[in-house]
Amino acid sequence: MIDFELSENVQTVQKMVHAVAEQAMRPIAREYDEREHEKPWDFLNMMWQVSGGNPIGGTGERKPKEGPSERNLTMCVSIEELSWGDAGLYLSIPNSGLGGAAVAAAGTPQQKERFLARFSGGKPKWAAMAITEPCCGSDSSAIQTTAVRDGDHWVINGTKIFCTSGLMAAEKSEGFVVVWATVDRSAGRAGIKAFVVEAGTPGMYVTKVENKLGIRASDTATLVFEDCRVPLTNILGSPEIPKTSEGFKGVMATFDATRPIVAASAIGVGRAALDFVRDTLREHGIEVRYGVPAHKLTALERDFMDMEVQLQAARLLTWRAAWMMDNGMRNNLEASMAKAKAGLVVTQITQKAVELLGPLGYSRQLLLEKWMRDAKINDIFEGTQQINQLIVARRILGYSSKELS
Amino acid sequence: MVNFKPTEEQELVRDTMASFAREVLRPAAREADEKNEMPEGVVEHGWELGLVQSGIPEIFGGFGDARSAVTGALLLEELGYGDVALALHLLTPRLFTIPLVVAGSEEQQKTWLPRFVGPEFRVGTAAFVEPRWDFDPTALTTRADRQGGDWVITGRKCLVPLAAAAEAILVYATTADGLAAFIVEKGASGLGVGERERNMGIKALATHPVALDQVRVPDTARLGSTETNLQALIDASRVAVAALAVGVSRAAFEYARDYAKERRAFGVAIAQKQALAFKLADQAIEIDAMRLLTWEAASKIDSGQPATREAALLKHYVSGSALGITDNAVQVLGGHGYIREHPVELWLRNARGFASFDGLAIV
Repeated sequence: MIDFELSENVQTVQKMVHAVAEQAMRPIAREYDEREHEKPWDFLNMMWQVSGGNPIGGTGERKPKEGPSERNLTMCVSIEELSWGDAGLYLSIPNSGLGGAAVAAAGTPQQKERFLARFSGGKPKWAAMAITEPCCGSDSSAIQTTAVRDGDHWVINGTKIFCTSGLMAAEKSEGFVVVWATVDRSAGRAGIKAFVVEAGTPGMYVTKVENKLGIRASDTATLVFEDCRVPLTNILGSPEIPKTSEGFKGVMATFDATRPIVAASAIGVGRAALDFVRDTLREHGIEVRYGVPAHKLTALERDFMDMEVQLQAARLLTWRAAWMMDNGMRNNLEASMAKAKAGLVVTQITQKAVELLGPLGYSRQLLLEKWMRDAKINDIFEGTQQINQLIVARRILGYSSKELS
Repeated sequence: MVNFKPTEEQELVRDTMASFAREVLRPAAREADEKNEMPEGVVEHGWELGLVQSGIPEIFGGFGDARSAVTGALLLEELGYGDVALALHLLTPRLFTIPLVVAGSEEQQKTWLPRFVGPEFRVGTAAFVEPRWDFDPTALTTRADRQGGDWVITGRKCLVPLAAAAEAILVYATTADGLAAFIVEKGASGLGVGERERNMGIKALATHPVALDQVRVPDTARLGSTETNLQALIDASRVAVAALAVGVSRAAFEYARDYAKERRAFGVAIAQKQALAFKLADQAIEIDAMRLLTWEAASKIDSGQPATREAALLKHYVSGSALGITDNAVQVLGGHGYIREHPVELWLRNARGFASFDGLAIV
């Protein structure tokens, strides 16, 4: 039966996470935006402790066939709260993150055990994903990084950029980086495989940590691989090069799990801005009037209603994509729909919020300008707005990547 | 618990309406629009589906289906996909019967409801919208005042569906204690049903202006009591209109999508051009967004919570999106979209109606 009420379980988690966002994240949000490249260790250690190493960022595992699950929905709801607190801090929380999501989506049961068990104890750890290269971002099938088999190792060479938590995963914890590389360039996308590179593996170097527009509390690293050797068993999925591009699709399936999560994070930032604007208006005796005709609404009310309903539209699309995963349904189209919508509307909502508060919106004394900077990343990472439009377009038109490029 | 799956029963209703829309409404839509009339057989066929009878309790001879805004939304999307004008004609008696079921006195229900469960289509309707640029559903200018034990109603209405054929009209008016509705019978002294209106779209549906000049009705003609929450009915009608709008948008989107895959330019199908493909992608996203917002507002209504905010936001969102999507469908077809041989211009004209439609559909 169609229902939009969160279950009691999810509501309980939501309240708990909201308290963390309000009490532990908001108070330090500005500080770690200004002090880019410094880590809020008290917060990170606390999050590692309270989560028991459980990945709030998720591993994107699909639900086994039996019983209802709300795992992905719960994750989306939690991440909205954390990002309401602060998106940069949320991204910096130690957990299995995107690297873990790739292992969960493409790894064997043994690999899941081997690589993911570490997140349930010990010191804080991170796992990152390295796809983008200086040559190519959206066109991920054109990557140049190579993996060549040499006896019982794979030897990786290449440069990866824009790797979220790359510094923490590669050098500052006992985590790992999942690296996409081609084992046979002539095979095109079929030759692209994902490899787990353990932190501290010789031949993997962090050469740069980027200065960014927003999400400054989160490190974005360049990783260079020079004859970096990893065991044969570190390849995710089969080492065979299939005739079709099935293998690549397997890796791409990671995104079906992570895009709703990115959308949820975007929505958290958008809601932060919306809540702040509503509270400010309320303090000045202005309440938005619902149900009065358009000609009686002020421009401000119209703008606010627009922001509100756009955000809710994005949220419902996101919940649907998560709900589908929880119910074992393929959500490739719906995940991209949610991500495309959320990335765009939250960018617009936060920009409008800055505008509505005039000079206050522009001031670094408030967080509005920061939320506008933070929001924009959601329109870019995990597939830009345009890449998600492309995926949706192919799916609704029934086109292959050759027919619509 | 969050769930996006309709019940099996709802799916059944939806599928029935989908085939009716596909096989009966869609093929009849163009001619109906050109001729400004209901095509033969559609009313009878629609009546057999029980759209009106389903909402009437069994004790009055109806099917007594539990009223659900979510089920309504599922069904209306399909009817809107078929044709909005024809769908609204079939649904018009509900503008009269549903408020009676929800808020009518026992006497009113006993008098009126059994008339709408017979073998033939009977017309009751409602007069809500007023012919003013600054029409405000929260402050109707039509007034009803107490005189002795009676009410005296004065004002002007427009967009009253099937008014000329209606046995009774539910007239919404402002009273000293707020918004109220009154049953005004056909032929009441001072009630004037004007000539059929000529509108841009929804042409197959006959709508009329209605003038009320000191129309006197007894106190028993007032719907419910001063406690009756008519706002809830308006909210429900906004959700219903939104569901119809989702249907029209989907029709236009699918037509444009299929056309774009057929039509070739510069050696490829035009759908293979990103400028066009991305637009279609955005619209697929918008249609799903509209539908989910509609379901959410409907499910709020079904749970008995106030949904004025959700319904207002929904109306704001959907009237803009439906217009954008149908406009783009015309654009995808280029010059051909402007020609009345294709249905997209019809959908654009119909979709424009949603913003002007408050209170014109209740399910």
